[in-house]
Amino acid sequence: MISLAGRDILHAWGKFVFTGVGLGLLIGVTLTMAGVYRGMVDDAKVLLSNSGADLWVVQKDTLGPYAESSSLYDDTYRGILGMPGVARAANVTYLTTQVRHGDRDVRAMVVGILPNGPGEPGYLVAGRQITRSHYEAVADIATKFKLGERIQIRRNRYTVVGLTRRMVSSSGDPMVFIPLKDAQEAQFLKDNDAIINQRGRTAANPAFNRPGVPGLLDAVIASQSGNPFVNAVLVQIKPGFTAEEVADPIRRWKRLQVYTRAQMEEILVAKLIATSSKQIGMFLVILAIVSAAIVAFIIYTLTLGKIREIAVLKLIGTRNRTISSMILQQALGLGVIGFVVGKISATFWAPMFPKYVLLEPGDAARGFIATMVICALASVLAIRAALKVDPAEAIGG
Amino acid sequence: MADMQENGIHIEGLRKRYGEGDTAVDALKGVDMRVAPGEVVGLIGPSGSGKSTLLKCLGAVIEPTAGRMTLGSDVIYEDGWKIPDLRALRRDKIGFVFQAPYLIPFLDVTDNVALLPMLAGRSNAESRKRALEILDALDVAHRARAMPSQLSGGEQQRVSIARSLVNHPPVILADEPTAPLDSERALAVIRILNKMARQYNTAIIVVTHDEKIIPTFKRIYHIRDGQTHEEVGEGRAFE
Repeated sequence: MISLAGRDILHAWGKFVFTGVGLGLLIGVTLTMAGVYRGMVDDAKVLLSNSGADLWVVQKDTLGPYAESSSLYDDTYRGILGMPGVARAANVTYLTTQVRHGDRDVRAMVVGILPNGPGEPGYLVAGRQITRSHYEAVADIATKFKLGERIQIRRNRYTVVGLTRRMVSSSGDPMVFIPLKDAQEAQFLKDNDAIINQRGRTAANPAFNRPGVPGLLDAVIASQSGNPFVNAVLVQIKPGFTAEEVADPIRRWKRLQVYTRAQMEEILVAKLIATSSKQIGMFLVILAIVSAAIVAFIIYTLTLGKIREIAVLKLIGTRNRTISSMILQQALGLGVIGFVVGKISATFWAPMFPKYVLLEPGDAARGFIATMVICALASVLAIRAALKVDPAEAIGG
Repeated sequence: MADMQENGIHIEGLRKRYGEGDTAVDALKGVDMRVAPGEVVGLIGPSGSGKSTLLKCLGAVIEPTAGRMTLGSDVIYEDGWKIPDLRALRRDKIGFVFQAPYLIPFLDVTDNVALLPMLAGRSNAESRKRALEILDALDVAHRARAMPSQLSGGEQQRVSIARSLVNHPPVILADEPTAPLDSERALAVIRILNKMARQYNTAIIVVTHDEKIIPTFKRIYHIRDGQTHEEVGEGRAFE
């Protein structure tokens, strides 16, 4: 038996291809939306992987350092180093800010790290790691900085000594790594006017400027000028210990919040990007409905254009099953054309997006199945119309 | 099948009523008709006389209200359908030729004709072989690969006739097959139908208003107010 659907598609291939391309662009947008969500999840996981940490120690009762702000004294890590199962511990700060580069700004997450400590970028694509205590930076290539270029973070200038890749924040901003001390200063540094003003206020306070207590005022001012805080302590555990085995004593004895990798993933994926994922989910639902409506409308219109032929087919003995199959195959054919166009389009334009778009084969497979199901459902209306056609319509009168 | 080809189609007291009660309309009021194998008869009558209703009943498209209808030795209707699969009956035992050719626009000439044997379960190769034989008999084999839109009106109608004949049905119902054609082509179509009726021993009923072809029939059924009256035609062009 010849394929009636195939012949009809070949006969009116222009109509099918153009319709398929239109549908395909819609499917491409749908796949891209799914890719945007996957990219966000992947960014979150990459953020955790690249930190090199097994545990995140943060301020008690916070979801820091990524989902909420967290502040710890920068000597906290010393006590943590003495806890059982801790191999390495290092302070880290995170600050999302505009980084000046020539006459343009780049939004980036500035990470303060200790050289050779947890939190340092795992690999570089060019240059070297930070070796000096000040004014060196390693940047993600998404910032488009070049080796040797000078960038400005707050009031200080840094030289880009290394380039890394796929080091992004959970919101997709590229990371710029700078020495911890510089990062602490950048986070809490006030402008000169504010410092002078604060010193004046402190000096005017009789509690801090007591006659007969030399050095008190200087000590208070010194404590106000420095920044002894970091956002988190990244901990690597010794082999043979589980994350929970190490985390529990820190929670109990240091009165700090400790998150394992699984817990941190839960925070990032389920909490930090939950609203975004719902937003994207809504888009996907709407796009699926729009796609279904378009396919249904197209197949219905194509079927109505063949009412006389369908009447003739029924009159000469064609089974309803054959006619239904023809319409269903055309709907599925349209879906296949649309999906191929959509997949190619999404693959083509995904790298152009400013944030990472991850097109997973699993999503493509699910998208293909969804497209086929939508097309099959969309053909029901047309099949019903075709089955209602009276073969007597082929005979005049 | 041989028996059917020997007996043609025979209807007795066929009635068709549309609606019920006060609004009921009797479209057919006891129609009698017999068409022998190899015979072409005309069925003529004014609009609203019941021609199309009779054709639809004969084509097993609508169900008569009463009467008897036999195809060969098989009773296909007697106060109810006697054949369970009317679709198969239409496909295998009845050929249709329409006022317009109504070819499937996305199938070429061969496949338009071969579709019926394929629907009947024959292989593609055998169906196409049959189609080409019929197309050859109708002098359109040279257009076998053409699409319907590439054919002239006369060629399209010949392909339509080929489609109606390809399963060698014992009866062909032709609904004003010459309406869109000029005199020359109309007579050519009637000539072909007569030739095919003889060649395939098929009973052909031609519904027509066409004055130029009416004299070609040897037998004519006039239908008026749902009743038929048989008369002898001139049989002009084929003697």
